[in-house]
Amino acid sequence: MFMKMMKKLSSVALAAMVLAALTAGCGGGAKKDAAKPAGNEIVVGASFELTGNVANYGKSTLSGFQMAIDETNKAGGVNGKKIRLVTSDNKSEPAESGNAVTKIVTQDKVVAVVGPATSGCVAAAEPVVTGAKVPLIAPCATAPGITLNKDGSVKQFIFRACFIDPFQGQVMATFADKTLHVKKIAILFDSSSDYSKGLADVFQKTLEKNGGQVVAKEAFLAKDIDFKAALTKIKASNPEALYVPGYYEEVSKIVKQAREIGLNVPMMGSDGWDSPKLAEIAGSAALNNCYFSSAFSADDKDPGVQKFIKTYKDLNKKDPDVFAMQGYNAGLVLVNALKTAGTTDGTKLAVTLAATKDLSVASGKFTYDKNHNPITGAIVIAMKDGKQTFKEKINL
Amino acid sequence: MDMGSLLHQFIQQMINGISLGSIYALIALGYTMIYGIIKLINFAHGDIYMVGAYLGFIATTYLGFGFLPAIIFAMLGAGLAGIIIERVAYRPMRNAPRIAILITAIGVSFFLEYTMMLIASPQPRTFPAIFEATVYHLGPLVVNSQQILILVSALVLMVALSYIVNKTKAGMAMRAVSFDADAAQLMGINVDKTISLTFALGSALAAAGGVLVGIYYNSIDPLMGMMPGMKAFIAAVLGGIGIIPGAMAGGLILGVVEALVSGFISSTFRDAASFAILILILLYKPTGLLGKNVREKV
Repeated sequence: MFMKMMKKLSSVALAAMVLAALTAGCGGGAKKDAAKPAGNEIVVGASFELTGNVANYGKSTLSGFQMAIDETNKAGGVNGKKIRLVTSDNKSEPAESGNAVTKIVTQDKVVAVVGPATSGCVAAAEPVVTGAKVPLIAPCATAPGITLNKDGSVKQFIFRACFIDPFQGQVMATFADKTLHVKKIAILFDSSSDYSKGLADVFQKTLEKNGGQVVAKEAFLAKDIDFKAALTKIKASNPEALYVPGYYEEVSKIVKQAREIGLNVPMMGSDGWDSPKLAEIAGSAALNNCYFSSAFSADDKDPGVQKFIKTYKDLNKKDPDVFAMQGYNAGLVLVNALKTAGTTDGTKLAVTLAATKDLSVASGKFTYDKNHNPITGAIVIAMKDGKQTFKEKINL
Repeated sequence: MDMGSLLHQFIQQMINGISLGSIYALIALGYTMIYGIIKLINFAHGDIYMVGAYLGFIATTYLGFGFLPAIIFAMLGAGLAGIIIERVAYRPMRNAPRIAILITAIGVSFFLEYTMMLIASPQPRTFPAIFEATVYHLGPLVVNSQQILILVSALVLMVALSYIVNKTKAGMAMRAVSFDADAAQLMGINVDKTISLTFALGSALAAAGGVLVGIYYNSIDPLMGMMPGMKAFIAAVLGGIGIIPGAMAGGLILGVVEALVSGFISSTFRDAASFAILILILLYKPTGLLGKNVREKV
């Protein structure tokens, strides 16, 4: 009952805010500023998956974001004001995500939201922040659709701090062309996953644009265990390399079986490969000559990355993962926009965010494209005797 | 593609298909035996196969067993599980409508899947390599020692099963109960015991399949039984449900068809082909390839 009332109250409050913003027009900004706690602090919200089944993503991302805010405050804050962080938990459920964001937007009056981690929760939070004209940065939501409206126009208040799924397809096609020097490539993709299908399509387009050729395109389904029939067919097409965008569960078996039937060409994949289980199931030897794209590698020699890893380790007593880095990057992007805009007005802040260009973040330079996706590099990881090793960084 | 390489492709795909098909056959046998004796499509059968794989995993990883002791351990364990499931879940429902017992089977299936998830976590487990896979090259063809192991183990088990069903007293009792349970009881056959034995045998075969899959594909997880369970069901229907040689033939045919469809048409159509077979069989020969047309007395 109480929850129901809360929901009702918050939606009434939200409606009131939207109405106020609409009727007041440009003047609304000033009014909203007045409603915010004046003085020497800026309130920033973080809404994450802190409990539930993807809690490890949310917690990790928040730890990186927190680190960026702490560093900023230690260095004097934003234009003389300290940043205060308020967090809320969406329990890893999109249905809760709207409420969790509504709470920090309406009660805590945050000037911007960072999070949630997963695309589904971001999509659920989107109407709330758009209604309240508060920018939201999703650090690691990779679904292409979350920053775009149905008609393809960009959502004014939604940003992200990671590359989108299809970008990895471009990266690996470039890697095949520039580093492996292969032209005839076979693709084996998971036809039950949008992620895999999207990557396969983009890879093929980029490959063909670069003058390459797809000699075989075969599909499998999640949870399949036997890939020998498809692999035998692929082998008969004599490819110079094989591209397998997918998750480690199937990929590990594909790599193992490919080597068993004597398909010894280089194999390439996506960040779904990233798991210690990959080497356990496929075997270290089979994984030699395998490469996959990722956003982060602890072996990256880039000084920015190494500095981030060291600071994070000192602070959290454990190694950072890709989520922590993206949370940290989101923090830096937000702080930079707050400094540059010199205001906490949501609409102006969103404009400033969209104009982010060549900002130094942990993974290199950070620039937004017109769809609020960062133009950033990806990393290619090579498997060597079962260990992940940094191969190269690819900037498109 | 010239004729020579086409032929070699064909033979290679046959090899792939037969090794996959012998797993389907092992699981299909249990389906068909249980259907034959109590007219129940045991939807939990694929999960028994999963339980068998986990038992094999425990035996090899924690108890340090070799291949043979591990597979026997898994078969005994799964056989026991089969007996318990029949006793607890199906026996009280024996006189209930067919649909009620079918739903019970689905319930048992979920119970096994999610209990295993609770115990062993949903993460896939890596099977220890108790057999180093040796690869044999016969000209352009590639055969793996594990493929041979699967085929040989499956054949040995099928021969053993045929012997038990056709030559032993217990097997005769099974056939009798399957033919007419009431008459068998009147002849002094312990029907309950015979049904228990059938569940034990069917489950043990599925467990053997589970262990073989674990060794061959190197990874097991709590939901691994869903798709093979479905495919084995198709295999059983294809061969004629309730008929033991039918399940063997059905499993092998299905494996080969899948490999050939993936190899010569497209891997996207592989599952579609399997299910199309199920639909065609149900439409045109519902008794299966080896089934006889038995008129139901009204």
